[in-house]
Amino acid sequence: MERTLTVLVENSVGVLAKVAGLFSARGFNIKSLSVSETEDPTVSVMTIVVDEDERTAEQVRKQLAKLVETIKVKDITEVPKVERELALLRISISRERRREVIEIVEVFKAKVVDVAHSSLVVEITGSSEKVNGFIELMKPYGILEMARTGKVALERGLYLESKEK
Amino acid sequence: MRYSGAKIFLEALKKEGVTKVFGYPGGAVLPIFDELYKEKGLSVYLVRHEQNATFAADGYARASGKPGTVLVTSGPGATNTVTGIANAYMDSIPIVVFTGQVSTSLVGSDAFQEVDTTGITRPITKWNRMVKRVEDLAWTIKAGYYIASTGRPGPVVIDLPKDIQVMETEFDYPDKVELRSYKPQYKGHPLQIKKAVEAIKKSKRPVIYAGGGVIHSNASKELIELAEKLQAPITTTLMGLGAVPSGHPLYLGMLGMHGTVYANYAVSHCDLLIAVGARFDDRVTGKVETFAPNAVKIHIDIDPSSISKNVIVDIPIVGDVKEVLRDILPHVSKLDTEEWLEQIEEWKKEHPLRYKNSDDVIKPQYLIEVVSDILGAKESIVTADVGQHQMWVAQYFKFKKPRSFMTSGGLGSMGYAFPAAIGAKIARPDATVVAFVGDGSFQMTLQELASVSEYNVPVKVVIVNNFYLGMVRQWQDLFYDKRYSSVFLAANEKTYIPDFVKLAEAYNVKSLRVEKPSELKSAVKEMLDHDGPFVLDVWVEKEENVLPMVPAGRGLLEMIEGMA
Repeated sequence: MERTLTVLVENSVGVLAKVAGLFSARGFNIKSLSVSETEDPTVSVMTIVVDEDERTAEQVRKQLAKLVETIKVKDITEVPKVERELALLRISISRERRREVIEIVEVFKAKVVDVAHSSLVVEITGSSEKVNGFIELMKPYGILEMARTGKVALERGLYLESKEK
Repeated sequence: MRYSGAKIFLEALKKEGVTKVFGYPGGAVLPIFDELYKEKGLSVYLVRHEQNATFAADGYARASGKPGTVLVTSGPGATNTVTGIANAYMDSIPIVVFTGQVSTSLVGSDAFQEVDTTGITRPITKWNRMVKRVEDLAWTIKAGYYIASTGRPGPVVIDLPKDIQVMETEFDYPDKVELRSYKPQYKGHPLQIKKAVEAIKKSKRPVIYAGGGVIHSNASKELIELAEKLQAPITTTLMGLGAVPSGHPLYLGMLGMHGTVYANYAVSHCDLLIAVGARFDDRVTGKVETFAPNAVKIHIDIDPSSISKNVIVDIPIVGDVKEVLRDILPHVSKLDTEEWLEQIEEWKKEHPLRYKNSDDVIKPQYLIEVVSDILGAKESIVTADVGQHQMWVAQYFKFKKPRSFMTSGGLGSMGYAFPAAIGAKIARPDATVVAFVGDGSFQMTLQELASVSEYNVPVKVVIVNNFYLGMVRQWQDLFYDKRYSSVFLAANEKTYIPDFVKLAEAYNVKSLRVEKPSELKSAVKEMLDHDGPFVLDVWVEKEENVLPMVPAGRGLLEMIEGMA
């Protein structure tokens, strides 16, 4: 099963390598990993999606927490949260069928961000399911290139407030 | 005060209370060695191979409880320390390894003697860092010693580019470091402790299973107190040997693959297992499904990731072993264990550790017993390499105190015992230090005969010489139809290569060979009485097996017994 972890780490050299190395050394399956700075530039946040059962995910969580540079690890799989992913797709398209594609883009609230003679680049943001669905629909037109960010997630505010009470 | 990086290094180490550095020089650490040349308060033990520096620092740490320090050059100097670092990581030993590095401007250019030291050591260190600004040096050293020696201890590597050693800055050594991301938890959670106490109260067949954590946390006294208070038997892992004196009536010896039959029986039949500073290693549990199958399991460990990693436990308590035991002790009292202890006594009588002695050939087990008896009550430290002799030491040596035994437990690295004994002797000069080595193991690190000779470090090396890589031969005997592939180390049945006595003489180290049981005791006495290092080459029974044995992957009740 897929589980989503968010990890706050010191924003220092080697930490990403250490986390990546931990996954390979312990044989954990990683589905996606996104890393960025947080509101505090000395802290990075990693959103890691693993494909593991609960017990293994628990080990993943503990092993991540054990790293000296790790500030906090949360398994947010089962808590209310907002999750987003962004993908850019270059779609091969003739002038005649451009309209069709743009219709699908509009339905998905995606955006055309680049237009050329025989291709378009579309940006889509949303849950991983939504992004997957969109990619599926674009396949028949021919996806020339694609890049995805991997999932990022934050817990819902009301949930955090309720925990504080 | 404005100091160079090299001078800061020295001053920082002195502030950390370091008096001995195990090291080997090279191009990328010349500025530091130059400072060391002028320094009186800090001396270098010049090893003959960098691996031995890490093993010696490890032995120093285990014997003293304080971090050991290593200083080597870049490139091959650094890569040679890798085995020793991995060893310290597996056995949770605090060592701080300083490696030279090419100048910052050359880093990443495949310069002469450049390797990515922090990259190579990342998965085998608790923490590592390359110092890129001389202003960060003092803090990094402080943090290194702090991280290595707190929480679950472990090795730290600090990589020092050559230009950083030369650059100058204001020296200001911090009193302490605060790391928001690193806060070891020493106190056990009160609720978990309460649950543990409740579970203990209900038990009629308890077993305490103690590991290296008891030694690291200096909790031997509390451990014995708990056992005596509950009247519960204790077994220890290889790493826990010495935590309980071997003659203690509640002590069952070691458990696991080569543990005593009664320890393995007790663990398999207990209704409560209290794991104290142990990590359910596969050499201990055998097949995990059948490990203490009917027991409620309490697990006290400072490392949360050790909990439910291999065996799922019922009551985990994360914290320092000593603190947690202290919190448990006042709430428990004697349990109704008479029947259980009687049962265990019966097992002890029926299945004692035993071997068949001989008048013609020295049995390795007999050798261990003789050394153990002659050392007697003397303050002593014993190290063992890896293989059959290691298990015989674990089974037959009568340990009396914590920090009196050290061996490469988790990594199982041959060549550990001799350099570790050097480190131990330097940490505790008053103790008699005996290194039990295999004839194979010794050849991996025997170049330190040169350094013990040079510095006159009186460690006693006992070669348990059976002409074979004995443990591998044993597995080939039992599981590969005696196809002895690549395990015979001698020229023939009568001639060993090298002649260890001549070899020791070449290093100006006194040495003796013994082949007859009747000559053994006087030879051991001569070795111990000699004022200086000594190599005792003892030719033992060649094809003796270590028994009992639980074959890998089997349950603890599936032991191969029989009289060896």
